[in-house]
Amino acid sequence: MSTVFIALQANEETRPIIDAIVRDNPAAVVNREPAMVKIDAPGRLTIRRQTVEEELGRAFDLQELQVNLITISGHVDEDEDSFSLYWNS
Amino acid sequence: MLGFAALYPTYGLIWKWNKRKENEMDMKADKKKLGLKEKYKLLTRDLGWEPTHHSIDTVFPYVKYEGIKVHDWGKWEDPFRLTMDAYWKYQAEKERKYYAIIDAHAQNNGHLHITDARYLSALKIFLQAISPGEYAAGKGFARLGREFPGVGTRVACQMQAIDEIRHAQTQIHAMSNYNKYYNGFHAFAEARDRMWYCSLPRSFFDDAMSAGPFEFMIAIGFSFEYVLTNLLFVPFMSGAAYNGDMSTVTFGFSAQSDEARHMTLGLECIKFMLEQDPDNLPIVQRWIDKWFWRGFRILGVVGTMMDYMLPKRVMSWREAFEIYGAGNGGALFNDLARYGIRLPLEWNDAVKALDHMTHQLNLGLYQWSFGTAFHTGIPSEEDMAWLTKKYPTTFDKYYRPRWEHIKKLKAAGKPFVNTGLAKLCQVCQIPTPYTEPDDPNTLCLRETEYKGEIYHFCSDGCQRIFNDEPEKYIQAALPMPQLFQAPLNGDIGVWMDWVGLRNGTDNGDYDGSEDQRNFAAWRATATSNQ
Repeated sequence: MSTVFIALQANEETRPIIDAIVRDNPAAVVNREPAMVKIDAPGRLTIRRQTVEEELGRAFDLQELQVNLITISGHVDEDEDSFSLYWNS
Repeated sequence: MLGFAALYPTYGLIWKWNKRKENEMDMKADKKKLGLKEKYKLLTRDLGWEPTHHSIDTVFPYVKYEGIKVHDWGKWEDPFRLTMDAYWKYQAEKERKYYAIIDAHAQNNGHLHITDARYLSALKIFLQAISPGEYAAGKGFARLGREFPGVGTRVACQMQAIDEIRHAQTQIHAMSNYNKYYNGFHAFAEARDRMWYCSLPRSFFDDAMSAGPFEFMIAIGFSFEYVLTNLLFVPFMSGAAYNGDMSTVTFGFSAQSDEARHMTLGLECIKFMLEQDPDNLPIVQRWIDKWFWRGFRILGVVGTMMDYMLPKRVMSWREAFEIYGAGNGGALFNDLARYGIRLPLEWNDAVKALDHMTHQLNLGLYQWSFGTAFHTGIPSEEDMAWLTKKYPTTFDKYYRPRWEHIKKLKAAGKPFVNTGLAKLCQVCQIPTPYTEPDDPNTLCLRETEYKGEIYHFCSDGCQRIFNDEPEKYIQAALPMPQLFQAPLNGDIGVWMDWVGLRNGTDNGDYDGSEDQRNFAAWRATATSNQ
């Protein structure tokens, strides 16, 4: 199965987002590189708004991801409650 | 009350109107906030209409001649579902973050915090060769924002047009702080049009901008965004962070945060074309073949920056390609296989080139460094040890002996300079520095005769691209023929003025350069009170 990934800037805003991703995606592998964090997952990775809000302690709009997003791999599916990356094969 | 309203009918009307307004507001407050999908539909798709005064073909005249068949533009969807209101909000936030850091960089002697001034060569190439490409992409997407009939597609292309202009501006702005202190940054606009190594990316963008709208989308959305920008902005910018260059990290990550959206747009467009009609498959495959190879040629420059120009390196070009090129690109092609898409024709040539390309290009840049608006240099012992480790099968066998020889020539006071003019590839415009895919000791050269003229190529890929569209590429403006035309007439001094290159200041070896002396002197004053 192909790997999907998301890379975020390493900063205070993304720390709780990364914690939320790790909670919701047990197969995800977190790579900490200079100034950035790249998270790989086999086939699919999902970011859930509710989990991010729990980690962050405030309301969160998933489109806020745009500000600290560096790159992604995979198809995107986004609505108010979740942001998913996936490959079909 | 009745009498009052009868006497003052206008007041009564206002009262009634206010009351109705309050009721409406109550109703609004009760109504659920618009969902993302609903909001996207209202603020993009529903902005379109069917023209009645003109036929759809006269409103969108460029969308059919490439042969791509589209039956339902409504099937195209931006998975990010970004609407203009959200776009402005988040882009404004990115800009505020960016300028806060750029100000801090300028106020805190950021130009002295880099690991070493030789690192700046990578930035000079970036400014001369890559930033103008961002601007060109902006112009191209502004065109697509007009030419595609699909409303969702047009909105996404308009956003991307604004993004690309922002990237060019933020890059120029960030590097203007270095231009205050260091050489080689001042004439990037002239370099873009006239410098020989800049014609590699320039010809890429000129080729894309003179193609139809769908091909442009494959060229930029797929090749440049999906295959290239990950390699350009992710490991390279992480490398900038390693080298203490906060301003470049900032513009790089700020730009790359838009690229996630751009890659998705490119990928959606490919899927859309393939799902609309089976006749589109061979056309799309031909463009993928062409633009993969054109993109790979630009990567030669990026890889050389990563392997040879960063004093502190995060990963080698080869490692970066394994993650972002082979890993990510491979996943993409696996996914597209269900539509009948296969790997690009020259994929294997690219894989074979991985252990050679950056070494060969850097040797080229060194020997022609009298004509570069950045400095090159002989790798140190430590750098060569790193290269041996990262390229165990090729560096010691083919490239270390050449550098040892060049080192000896320099020590003897006869530095190696190649004043001969290189044969240029008619398609990618690089001076044919690469070897045969299966033989690293033989230069790879191809030629095609067309209408009585002989045209040269650096590879099978570039030759095939020419043979598909010879009438397009015989019109290419090449740097070497320009050198021999009026007003330059083959005079290198006149050529240097023409490209904005200051001989002895901007070009040549980093060792002994003004940048090297100034960096050492200024660093000394910054850390002492003398």
